[in-house]
Amino acid sequence: MALFRYPRPLPSEITPRNMYLSRRSLIGGAAALGAVSASADAATLQTHVGPYSENLTPTPHEDVTHYNNFYEFGMGKADPATQSQAFHPLPWTLEITGLVRRPVRLDVEQLLRSPAIEERIYRMRCVEAWSMVIPWDGIPLATLLKDADPDPRATHVAFESILRPSEMPGQTGALSGIQWPYVEGLRLDEAMNPLTLLALGIYGETLPNQNGAPLRLVVPWKYGFKGIKSIQRIRLLDHEPPTTWNRLAPDEYGFYANVNPQVDHPRWSQATERVIGAHSLFGAKRQPTLMFNGYGEQVADLYRGMDLRKNF
Amino acid sequence: MPARSMPAVPEIPGVLKRHWRLVLYPVGMIPAVWLVWQGQHGALGADPVNVFERSLGLWAFRFLLACLALAPLRRFTGLNLLRYRRLTGLLAFFYASLHLLAYVGLDHGFDWLVLWADMTHRYFIILGMSALVLLIPLALTSNTLSMRLLKRRWKFLHRLIYPAAILAGIHFFMSFKTLNSVSAPYLAAMALILLSRLLPRSQTGDGI
Repeated sequence: MALFRYPRPLPSEITPRNMYLSRRSLIGGAAALGAVSASADAATLQTHVGPYSENLTPTPHEDVTHYNNFYEFGMGKADPATQSQAFHPLPWTLEITGLVRRPVRLDVEQLLRSPAIEERIYRMRCVEAWSMVIPWDGIPLATLLKDADPDPRATHVAFESILRPSEMPGQTGALSGIQWPYVEGLRLDEAMNPLTLLALGIYGETLPNQNGAPLRLVVPWKYGFKGIKSIQRIRLLDHEPPTTWNRLAPDEYGFYANVNPQVDHPRWSQATERVIGAHSLFGAKRQPTLMFNGYGEQVADLYRGMDLRKNF
Repeated sequence: MPARSMPAVPEIPGVLKRHWRLVLYPVGMIPAVWLVWQGQHGALGADPVNVFERSLGLWAFRFLLACLALAPLRRFTGLNLLRYRRLTGLLAFFYASLHLLAYVGLDHGFDWLVLWADMTHRYFIILGMSALVLLIPLALTSNTLSMRLLKRRWKFLHRLIYPAAILAGIHFFMSFKTLNSVSAPYLAAMALILLSRLLPRSQTGDGI
């Protein structure tokens, strides 16, 4: 954390939007030539330390922003950082609809100035058996859902990302069999849990494109793929919604996808995880994976009486 | 000799012509050395063990493909590179062995409990290991002495490369979450090579 934070306007407040957008596409073009780095246009967020942040050492910024799974920008871990430069995360509207009494349409540029943004340092466990520690900046999802006033019939929350093949090269290839846009879902009580975060930034700055700009879901006790990126629509439902990876390989990726060292992936053990950030072949570390990724105290009650082997 | 009358073409030194193995085996090992060097200098990225392990597996698959491609290459183009079959086959075995070692030692730190669970429960691992096991007798009998001793049985034994290739192909396919532009060309090449072996041989075919 920086020692001093001071109010700073977002770039969009200074420059008229159309100018701003054309400037961004210039930057994007230059970045494609390797002239500008991804973080060059990140803006500082006003954020304060929130609850549940643990005293963990964050993974280096370079790794958090250059080792990503974001198939919309390609399948390699380095692809999202290099292939996402043409993506325009702003302007952006987030919709909260479905079984709510007060449907919401949020201007994300306003959301980025919200005093409710807080820092949460969470462990991130990927289903591929690697992990990071990421200092997120965001707003508890529950805060936004309460604004929309969920109908009592609502039991689940569906999330939908964006379909924009012109700016997302990974969405044009038909080879993967992935049906775009990416969709995810939670039970309503999971979505209302105080740990569940709508992240708008990392490391005190707005989210880089490759990390899911302008806003993404963070559910720290679940495998990383539940953290849907670049969310456009949130819908409250009275049934469990389909989710992208579950649709593709239901035997490998369940709806719940809770981090669980006792339930293995069909192709590998989930008992341990590779710690990202060593950068040395013979100095790399493996550590035991924690039940619910270490957040059992906050979330174990949600699954009382459930067979977690069946509901993986 | 005509070669002497063309001084513009540099002559391959006689020693190298006779002992090309001395050059090509080390050349084939350059990727392994390069990967270790990159790994030690932070050039394999944030998850170096994973990249190292997967890259070794990919090189094993590449050499297996090259080895299998030589017979159809002669059959359909007339280009005879069959003498490189032992070289490419042994390099495939070399990379497959390093791939296994990286998985056992670097990735899982010789944690035999985890490894045993992998070997007994996961088709992905069982398929890859089976492919490597099938290659062991081929590597052991790749010398001229074995060829002479085993006679006709040698050829029969070395057909094990086909089931090994099929198992390795499925293992390779499974190592990605989805079919993609990285794995698809390799899998297509493997399928083509294997299918070409099923084509009826011509009357003059020599059974290679």
